[in-house]
Amino acid sequence: MTWLKNIAKAILPFVLLSGPVMFLSASEILNPYWVQIFQLACIVAISALGLNLIYGFTGLFSLGHAAFYGVGAYTAALLTKLYIGAYGDEAVFATGAVFLGSLLAGGGAAALLACLVGLPTLRLTSDYLGIATLGFGVIMKVLFDNADSFLPQLGGARGMTGIQRMTGVPWTVAALVAAILVIRNLVHSTYGRALVAIREDEVAAAAMGIDTFRYKVIGFTAGCAFAGVAGGLYAHLYTFLHPSTFDFLKSFDVLMIVVLGGLGNLTGTLAASFAWVFLLEGMRVALPPEYIEFRWVLIPLLLIVTMLVRPRGLFGVREIPFLRNKVYR
Amino acid sequence: MILEVQGLTRHFGGVRALDGVDLRIVRGELAGIIGPNGSGKTTLFNVITGIYHPDRGVVMLGEGEITGLPSDEIARRGIARTFQNIRLFRELTVVDNVRIAHHPHVRYGAIAALLRTGAFYSEERRTREETEEFLSIFSLQDRGKELAKNLPYGDQRKLEIARALASRPKVLLLDEPAAGMNPSEVGALMEFILRIRERFSLTVLLIEHQMRLAMGICERLIVMDFGQVIARGLPAEIRRDPKVIEAYLGKRDDTGAAGIRKKTR
Amino acid sequence: MYALIALGYTMVYGIVRLINFAHGDVFMVGAFLAFYSVEKLHLPLPAVFAVAAGGSAFLAVVIERVAYRPLRNAPKIAALITAIGVSLFLEYFTALHQVFGPNYYAFPRPFQVVSLEIGGITVTNIQGIILLATLVSLGVLQYVVHRTKVGRGMRAVSHDDVTAGLMGVNVNAVISFTFALGAALAGVGGVLYGIAYPQINTFMGVMPGLKAFTAAVLGGIGSIPGAVLGALIMGQSETMTTAYLSSTYRDGIAFVLLIAVLLWKPTGILGKARTEKV
Repeated sequence: MTWLKNIAKAILPFVLLSGPVMFLSASEILNPYWVQIFQLACIVAISALGLNLIYGFTGLFSLGHAAFYGVGAYTAALLTKLYIGAYGDEAVFATGAVFLGSLLAGGGAAALLACLVGLPTLRLTSDYLGIATLGFGVIMKVLFDNADSFLPQLGGARGMTGIQRMTGVPWTVAALVAAILVIRNLVHSTYGRALVAIREDEVAAAAMGIDTFRYKVIGFTAGCAFAGVAGGLYAHLYTFLHPSTFDFLKSFDVLMIVVLGGLGNLTGTLAASFAWVFLLEGMRVALPPEYIEFRWVLIPLLLIVTMLVRPRGLFGVREIPFLRNKVYR
Repeated sequence: MILEVQGLTRHFGGVRALDGVDLRIVRGELAGIIGPNGSGKTTLFNVITGIYHPDRGVVMLGEGEITGLPSDEIARRGIARTFQNIRLFRELTVVDNVRIAHHPHVRYGAIAALLRTGAFYSEERRTREETEEFLSIFSLQDRGKELAKNLPYGDQRKLEIARALASRPKVLLLDEPAAGMNPSEVGALMEFILRIRERFSLTVLLIEHQMRLAMGICERLIVMDFGQVIARGLPAEIRRDPKVIEAYLGKRDDTGAAGIRKKTR
Repeated sequence: MYALIALGYTMVYGIVRLINFAHGDVFMVGAFLAFYSVEKLHLPLPAVFAVAAGGSAFLAVVIERVAYRPLRNAPKIAALITAIGVSLFLEYFTALHQVFGPNYYAFPRPFQVVSLEIGGITVTNIQGIILLATLVSLGVLQYVVHRTKVGRGMRAVSHDDVTAGLMGVNVNAVISFTFALGAALAGVGGVLYGIAYPQINTFMGVMPGLKAFTAAVLGGIGSIPGAVLGALIMGQSETMTTAYLSSTYRDGIAFVLLIAVLLWKPTGILGKARTEKV
């Protein structure tokens, strides 16, 4: 079976990536803080891959990605919290399955919402779509802020606490590898080509028999599902959720990662995600405390300079071989 | 009868771009639509292919009505087209441009694509081989890996036709396929259109405003002016029709100037 | 007041099709300049307006020159990301202790608040000044855009910059001028904000900026009356949400409204539909 062989091949990058990190953290060479940063980078990468699918490949200008990330985080966190609340310690044997289920539910909730939002708004074009999704992001932030008035467990503006810590290196790496595989296989298939065709020229794509609206909804939904899963991982890594983590400015962060890496470039998105997270956290450690605010002065400067020098992103269109299309020959 | 248009009307603001157009295209024929600029030729294509909705009138493809359907549905029913101002997927390779047109005919599901099953590989191989074949018909096989935007102008026009063919249409609509080409390129192109019509047993409807070219290869001509069909018939009859001469040849200066404008764009 | 900021967005978008995210921060800088000119220099009110408007205009021209102009022919997203970068930079740079500092500052009232009652409605002199300044700015803007040579240039560039250039319009100068004009209005808005809500800090531009932009889109981006209309609708709906629902929902309502309008009329209330030629 070809597909079993392909899945087996995915185990190699998983072992290569998670093995050393787990070894280093177990042998205490790497302190837990950096292991946590590594996991955060994986999570950010998953979310950014989703946005790259939406914006980089399908050409849909979305400025509301963080909202879907938040929906995934809150959904997954609520589910595990309810489950543990209901069964307590007796249920420990099944926590892995419950966690997986809650992650999928987080992705599903984000996807469902994306579909509902996408059906009306995806008829809008470029900048208007961006503004509508930006507006959606602000609305979701307001809802997160007021969430405790519907469900006290969600915490509202004070933040949601009491989430079990379940995310670990194997989980984040496995999720990242799965995300990479899904997006690579999708992009290099007739479905991915349909998405790219829509980005390039919607009228011509329709003239080739591609149902452009349907594929726009699919691309948007799929990309948001990535954000939802990433959100679920985030919730169970930091065990605390606050609405400010998901406001519209955070959508800009993901957008910057995707553009810096190069639109429609998976290698770039991965590299930019890791660089972004490690740069932010690295500067937190490297800079003396009284200069810590300089982080946010330097990063925008770096961003502006990068855009001026390489307006198409750091990586342009070059990909590492694993992510290139090698279906033939 | 493969394509039939009855009483097609479309307004833009106060302008009647199409005003009760009737058209009957027989299976396998090569017909041309001519007429001065702004006479409604491209609008007619846009309404047939579902980019614009008609205000009134009916479009039939074979036995089925396609009036007002979305353009992707019309494309899947068997009408492919090219555009006056070339609309390739510019940032994609030549191969991908043609492969995208295979989309409605690819037989594997999304799950198969994600898991990369055997069906996925065999279908991908088939599309790839067919793509190579289409490209070699147009002598573009060596340029497969280039980006569409980097092709010379004439090759871009050819690629657009190759892409339209790859969607396996019954009817092919070509909007000014010869625009911006020099006379020798035009000659080759015309021969080409005849060849692919034979090979894929196509019905071809083409727009051309350079009358001599249209006369050269079309079996039948339809002349439009101000959104109406003013004459139809064999090229030889059209040449002598006083209405055509007045509407079209009488304005030779206009169309000449328009031709130059196109080339410099 | 939203109107003054919204005008800057709409003008810049109309001309270079760029969502100038830094505009809200230019507004913030305008407010701070006003703060310093009142607090430290004790300038009279008209001079405060002049300093804020002039300073903001200068800043915007510098931003355009350094960050946006080199990217005018690059993919649009590059300029947009740069705009976000400039915005973040302005916020955090000015929040440094060496610059304005991260704290809230009390904006000194340059005059006493006087309330008047006209026909049952209480009007303060602050509201009067805001209204007056807004109307004067609008009048100047209408005059500039429709009656002067540079205004004609702006309209030409917004229509088609390449052709306008061929016709002898100095495109760069027109774009700089547009940025300056938009920023000057934002500067005036900054002063008014300081007078009306006497507390300023370096992140104060984010939400008003975003909402002003939403107002511009609501009214139809690129349209000057549209921006004013959008701002009025926005201000009203926020006041009503606070009054009848809850102030915690205030920030959301503007965007609910925006999405509703976009779905009903994708180019905004007064926006013109651009049909793509196929």
